[in-house]
Amino acid sequence: MSQLVKEPKQKSFFTTLAESPSTNEFMKGIWKDNPVFVQVLGMCPTLAVTNTAENALAMGFATTFVLVMSNILVSALRNVIPKEVRIASYILIIATFVTMTDYVIQAISVDLHKSLGAFISLIVVNCLILSRAEAFASKNTIIPSVLDGLGMGLGFVLALFSLGAVRELLGNGSILGYSIFSENFQEWIVMILPAGGFFTLALWLLLFNILKERRNHG
Amino acid sequence: MDESLWYIFINASLISNFVLAYFLGICPFLGVSGKLDTASKMGGAVTFVMLISSMCAYGINALLVAIDAPFLQLISYIVVIASTVQLVEMFVKKMSPALFRALGIFLPLITTNCAILGLALFQTNKGYGFLQSLVYALGAGVGFTLALVLMAGIRQQLDFASPPKVVKGTVITLLIAGILSLSFMGFSGLGG
Repeated sequence: MSQLVKEPKQKSFFTTLAESPSTNEFMKGIWKDNPVFVQVLGMCPTLAVTNTAENALAMGFATTFVLVMSNILVSALRNVIPKEVRIASYILIIATFVTMTDYVIQAISVDLHKSLGAFISLIVVNCLILSRAEAFASKNTIIPSVLDGLGMGLGFVLALFSLGAVRELLGNGSILGYSIFSENFQEWIVMILPAGGFFTLALWLLLFNILKERRNHG
Repeated sequence: MDESLWYIFINASLISNFVLAYFLGICPFLGVSGKLDTASKMGGAVTFVMLISSMCAYGINALLVAIDAPFLQLISYIVVIASTVQLVEMFVKKMSPALFRALGIFLPLITTNCAILGLALFQTNKGYGFLQSLVYALGAGVGFTLALVLMAGIRQQLDFASPPKVVKGTVITLLIAGILSLSFMGFSGLGG
């Protein structure tokens, strides 16, 4: 341990990069504080739209966009918004960006808009976004807030995709619409039903718990 | 819409249960389903707010259609729901301090409950009239309470069991929710 402290000059470029504060703002959302697997936030869209990998990705990126944009605006206005009405103001900011996203998705692909349904509008009440606005963006400058939003957003995309991929693979025998198994594959219909969402999320959380347990004892 | 009121009620409470089929309101479902007592109170509070915000949403939608500004839908819904919750909180505090103490912590939490906003959006999408919206809200509230109370009952029994350490907490709750969701699928035949 003492040897490591003595030799700070020999750090490689990547170690420096990995230890710089801005990389930390970015990376913490992806792994250490992953919004879904570690903080257990934003459960409703996580379970509802992950029946295929495509829906999961679309939902993840839409949420990331809203998260980053609302983080920017909240951070820029943090000295203007009175403390008493901050939550209401944050919700207004978020609702504005969600309405924009809703219309953009409708313009790009009507099919996607149909399959995501009301859940695009429901990004407003995703606790993840409000919690980042309150816990991070309202206390930091714009650049770290953007990094924080991107990291958390990508962590959310990653979590949604890992759920969506498992559910689509087992429930439909495909990933992103491409068939993986041979024709004899018997689909596990339960995985694309609502119950499958609960089961898949439970198993991913179980995996994370086991990993955590291993690390604590190893 | 020519759906009968009874069908709307059964559909919202059992067939398309908000928690177990639409995944709305999962946060309070996982959060406050530890005790039977608090679960039923939370269910009551949510049903109450659902009824009020459903009426408000119907009014707002009529207004927005009249002035041709549908893009303001989401923003006005969320603002009205948040202020309704605030208003209900103040009203209950003044009229019945005992009920306020019982609900106290849960009322503000309802603002960010996606089941409420989801209800307002669904009833607009389905084009329900005033009475239909009210019945839909009542059904959704009853369904939410039912899911919450069932879960709380199971979790109270679970306190006497000893599951492995890694599945304690969220994991086992989600597994139970999955099984509940499977059993609720049995109601789908009621829709005809």
